[in-house]
Amino acid sequence: MSTVFFTPEPLNIEEGAFGPFGGMFVPEILVPTLKELARAFEEAQKDAAFQQELKALLKEYAGRETPLYCCRNLAAGTRATIYLKREDLLHGGAHKTNQVLAQALLAKRMGKRRLIAETGAGQHGVATALAGALFKMETRIYMGEKDMKRQALNVFRMRLMGAEVVPVQTGSGTLKDAVNEALRDWSASYESTHYLLGTAAGPHPFPTIIREFQRVIGREAKAQILEREGRLPDAAIACVGGGSNAIGLFADFIDNPEVRLIGVEAAGHGLHTGKHGATLQKGRPGILHGSYSYVLQDAHGQIAESHSISAGLDYPGVGAQHAHLYTTGRAEYVGVSDEEALEAFQHLAREEGIIPALESAHAIAHALKLAKASTQPQVLLVCLSGRGDKDVEHITQHIRF
Amino acid sequence: MEDNLKQKATRYEAMFSRLSERGEGAFIPFVMLGDPSLDTSMEIMDTLIESGADALELGIPFSDAVADGPVIQKASFRALEAGVTPAHCFGLLRRIREKHPKLPLGLLIYANLILAKGIKAFYAEAAEAGADSILVADIPVGAAGPFIEAAKAAGVAPVFVVPPNADEATVREIARHGRGYSYFLGRSGVTGADREMQTPLPARFKALQEAGAAPAVVGFGISTPKHIRTALEAGAAGAIAGSATVAIIEKHIGNKAAMHEALAAFVKEMKAATR
Repeated sequence: MSTVFFTPEPLNIEEGAFGPFGGMFVPEILVPTLKELARAFEEAQKDAAFQQELKALLKEYAGRETPLYCCRNLAAGTRATIYLKREDLLHGGAHKTNQVLAQALLAKRMGKRRLIAETGAGQHGVATALAGALFKMETRIYMGEKDMKRQALNVFRMRLMGAEVVPVQTGSGTLKDAVNEALRDWSASYESTHYLLGTAAGPHPFPTIIREFQRVIGREAKAQILEREGRLPDAAIACVGGGSNAIGLFADFIDNPEVRLIGVEAAGHGLHTGKHGATLQKGRPGILHGSYSYVLQDAHGQIAESHSISAGLDYPGVGAQHAHLYTTGRAEYVGVSDEEALEAFQHLAREEGIIPALESAHAIAHALKLAKASTQPQVLLVCLSGRGDKDVEHITQHIRF
Repeated sequence: MEDNLKQKATRYEAMFSRLSERGEGAFIPFVMLGDPSLDTSMEIMDTLIESGADALELGIPFSDAVADGPVIQKASFRALEAGVTPAHCFGLLRRIREKHPKLPLGLLIYANLILAKGIKAFYAEAAEAGADSILVADIPVGAAGPFIEAAKAAGVAPVFVVPPNADEATVREIARHGRGYSYFLGRSGVTGADREMQTPLPARFKALQEAGAAPAVVGFGISTPKHIRTALEAGAAGAIAGSATVAIIEKHIGNKAAMHEALAAFVKEMKAATR
């Protein structure tokens, strides 16, 4: 690879550092709240009663563990075996529920009565709405206006479960603007409210909290694949918007250098068109949403508008740990275009009878590329992070029968 | 390095000592540089100063202003749509500095615009253009190390926000590193005149003073002369009105004469309340 990395600014990050990335770059008023959250998280991680309650919820309410499915037809004619970690079968329809249940328990533990969250594809909003209903907490979801249109089904699901969905009209009307609005709400409401951030980005302690609460994906998959194959996979593949399902899949494989970690970013209309969500491949280090990480931006530092057919990958930032995995070379990041994702979306439906979320279809598309290029037997582990029902209505404009 | 800073911080010191001799507080309006266009922005600043502003707090437009409410966000978008860049803002700053060599000029900015240029280079250019202080809205004092260093090297006062939930240790850090003035939040939340300031406890100003902090100026939720009197009575050295000032620009965007008239009347009324 001929990637040239940018020299990061030495920002002396004390807490929540991933190499030179991460940190807590927020208005002063949010610092005490984030520190309180970091403390509560550390205590909860050591508290057997908390862990037990979470484990029971994940099992009985959310349906863990999720299956690891060895595709029967998808990789036919290639030398690869593709395993899907079926987070699409989790209650709520995506991996988001894992960490939402955990954060909601944490919020209760801190005595908060209200949840706020941002959402892009609406999967995190749905997960937060179900947690709000379950724990009887007032719930408000910020969602970009553009996303509310393309993920209308999820807006309805959130409202059905009692959450208030607030359209965000500023900026690009997508995920980044929803995060801004949630942060603004929190800077006035922190006493009663927990901001249940949905991805592995944002200020410390969120990237760590979300990784730890999503780690279950990779931990289960590792045990399952060892049982099936008697060895680790050659590659673990996941889509990356903010990067929560990817970091959850990667976390337990980071110390196994023989496993390639591959994050798939949204190449949108193409990496050279400026209309994509490929933050690591096309951005440079900067501060967005409280964290020093890679950011899509112009020469002056204005945040760029990303583009992806999938609302969940339509984000100009990325989790700080991914920036670190990228610049250290431990993980690779590649792009899959809107068109390729749409193709994979249909392909998985036809070959396996599984309709993936458009986000996850990016990971499937890349796995198929690797499978086709395999010259020797390869075991590929793909995180099927969510199901695609939410995308069906929007996609009818792209697919004709 | 420290000497550089002391020299520059004197514009704020001179202002506060002059005002305190007269028994007055400072009135500091905030506007977005380049809103709604470069030339109009220059004229707006002239009007504010001619009408009695003791200092100016100036924003550099940013696409993702998480500490700002809708009024100031819209000002940012107006300026960005007019093609305003940080370089244009420095140009405006130079012009206003030339015309008003003694007036304290503060910048309010988001971190990514600083990083895009490089921290040292940004502070150096801000100093050269005539800025007396820089407040970075998304850099809390605990994470400000490299920004403070660059500010000191360039001779620009680093300004920090004192929120209502700041603990003693944070107040001490702000006192230790902040120069020029301390930005005391009138309430929680983001900028905006829709939710008014809360009456601050005199003990909080006393604590800042005892910690050796730069004079406290109240901002957030300041839109009427009554707010100014309340802030000063509690022990503040001045008050900043951002959204209230920017809302006047927004309201009269199609009629410059009315805009200047309304801005002048607002500043005169607010300044009168500091006496």
